[in-house]
Amino acid sequence: MKISPEKALAIATLARLEISPQQAAGLGAQMDDILGYMDKLNELDTTSVEPMYTPVEQPGFLRADEVAKDFDRPDILRNAPESDGEYFIVPRIV
Amino acid sequence: MSQLFFHSLTQVRDLLRAGEISAQDATSSCLERIASTEPMLDALLHIAGDEALTQAKAMDAQGPDAAQPLWGVPVIIKDVLATIGMPTTCGSKILENFVPVYDAHCVTRLKEAGAIILAKANMDEFAMGSSTENSAFKVTKNPWDITRVPGGSSGGSAASVAAGQCFASIGTDTGGSIRQPASFCGIVGVKPSYGRVSRRGLIAYGSSLDQAGPMTRTVADAAEILQVIAGHDPKDSTSVNAPVPDYLQALQNLDSLKGLRLGLPEQYWGEGLSAEVDQACRSAIDLAASLGAEIVPVSLPHTEYAIATYYILAMAEASSNLARFDGVRYGLRSSQAQDLATMYTRSRSEGFGEEVMRRIMLGTYVLSAGYYDAYYRKAAQVRRLIRQDFLNALGTCDLICGPACPTTAFAIGENTADPLQMYLTDIFTISLNLSGLPGLSLPVGLGDETGMPVGLQLFAGNMEEAKLLSAAATLERHLPRLPEPPLA
Repeated sequence: MKISPEKALAIATLARLEISPQQAAGLGAQMDDILGYMDKLNELDTTSVEPMYTPVEQPGFLRADEVAKDFDRPDILRNAPESDGEYFIVPRIV
Repeated sequence: MSQLFFHSLTQVRDLLRAGEISAQDATSSCLERIASTEPMLDALLHIAGDEALTQAKAMDAQGPDAAQPLWGVPVIIKDVLATIGMPTTCGSKILENFVPVYDAHCVTRLKEAGAIILAKANMDEFAMGSSTENSAFKVTKNPWDITRVPGGSSGGSAASVAAGQCFASIGTDTGGSIRQPASFCGIVGVKPSYGRVSRRGLIAYGSSLDQAGPMTRTVADAAEILQVIAGHDPKDSTSVNAPVPDYLQALQNLDSLKGLRLGLPEQYWGEGLSAEVDQACRSAIDLAASLGAEIVPVSLPHTEYAIATYYILAMAEASSNLARFDGVRYGLRSSQAQDLATMYTRSRSEGFGEEVMRRIMLGTYVLSAGYYDAYYRKAAQVRRLIRQDFLNALGTCDLICGPACPTTAFAIGENTADPLQMYLTDIFTISLNLSGLPGLSLPVGLGDETGMPVGLQLFAGNMEEAKLLSAAATLERHLPRLPEPPLA
């Protein structure tokens, strides 16, 4: 078993997720199952194969670096859970 | 002639253009159909009825505009695509109250073409699923049998088009999410080449795999929509700057398939394929042969590795993409947190559903130190082998052809207990996203056991959507037309 409940809890912490010990056991077992299936890829020798991270392998297209105003601040802030009209507000950090 | 809402997009567009019906007629017809079918289907998350009617009225006052190819045509958008002023939830509680400040590029294109946005369609949360059972809000039903799933993740879009709630819908396809629900609901679904349609405003799941495309009742309708949404967008760095061919021109001669070499991959026609799907697809192949197509055997030898490859890459990309949902700038913020780190954690845990959490965790694992090479890099290497399979096969044929799914639509609840089992149903659709090539699912009949629609898939070379549309439209013309779904 690769993913013990403790390991599942540790992965959740890395991913900024909170799961109960009970969920950890269930998720761990499912992840084990899925990762076990993925080990199938080890049947293939890929020593000399270049990884393919995207289907568009030509150099990315870049726009000219020009200042433009696309949005107004109040429109953007309208979706914020908390704002003071100027900034996003988050719980106290320091 | 069937009721207005069951007309094809091209038919209704022509009636609108000729002034035989008004934009308000078309819109009202769809809204009435939505009102009568939605209690059974649960295909939609937000219905903008009043806004649509107001817009239709304003358009009618101006009169038809021949320069707008979709003038007055009501369409529905999958809720993963941003729509200005209209909620865009991705089927997730974490975005329940999110209203975008800009339109997805393809939505802008549709609006510029004169389309009327009627509603937003239900989906698996963040497009993670194959049945639309993972939506945080509702389970969409298949219009052919409401005890069955419509497929996913674009299940709301597929059900809405099949049921006549609109004349077209835009879905998105990361691992089959346009083609599989199209197949399950008996409609046409096109996954364009990666980069053909801009991803701007498509809320990302797997950025190297995601692609938006048309879901319609006919091939010509899909061509009309693709013509509008395809093309370069300077605001998507993966958008391909290549001319868009005239897809409608490709539908001119539909009499024969003479000269077309249709490649049948041996891996798609064997074990695991249900008898009724095999039978319906093979009779469509026989039809293709009788229309002059040459049927050639091809091989995609790495097919058995596609599911593992896909899920490693998709989950890795998802864990990274979904890091943006942190309760700061938009979306749900937990009220149960005093400090910043707890606020992030609680907001994400309260907002994401189980499948999304599972995929984020798996993605985090395969990207973590010590496992990156074994999983993520390894999968990226196998991805190249899978694409090479397609390129090799397309060296000996013009189009590749196989079933869209191993079975017809399965029952609601049938695959929910075992996530791996659900992933395995994607076997015939996911390789295409890994390769970046275009594909199309065409309804070819009803299965003789379940009476549910069966979809045949066609794959083409990069940017060769016109070839797909032409062959599919030829088959469609010579196949018996599917009846309307038996929905009251």
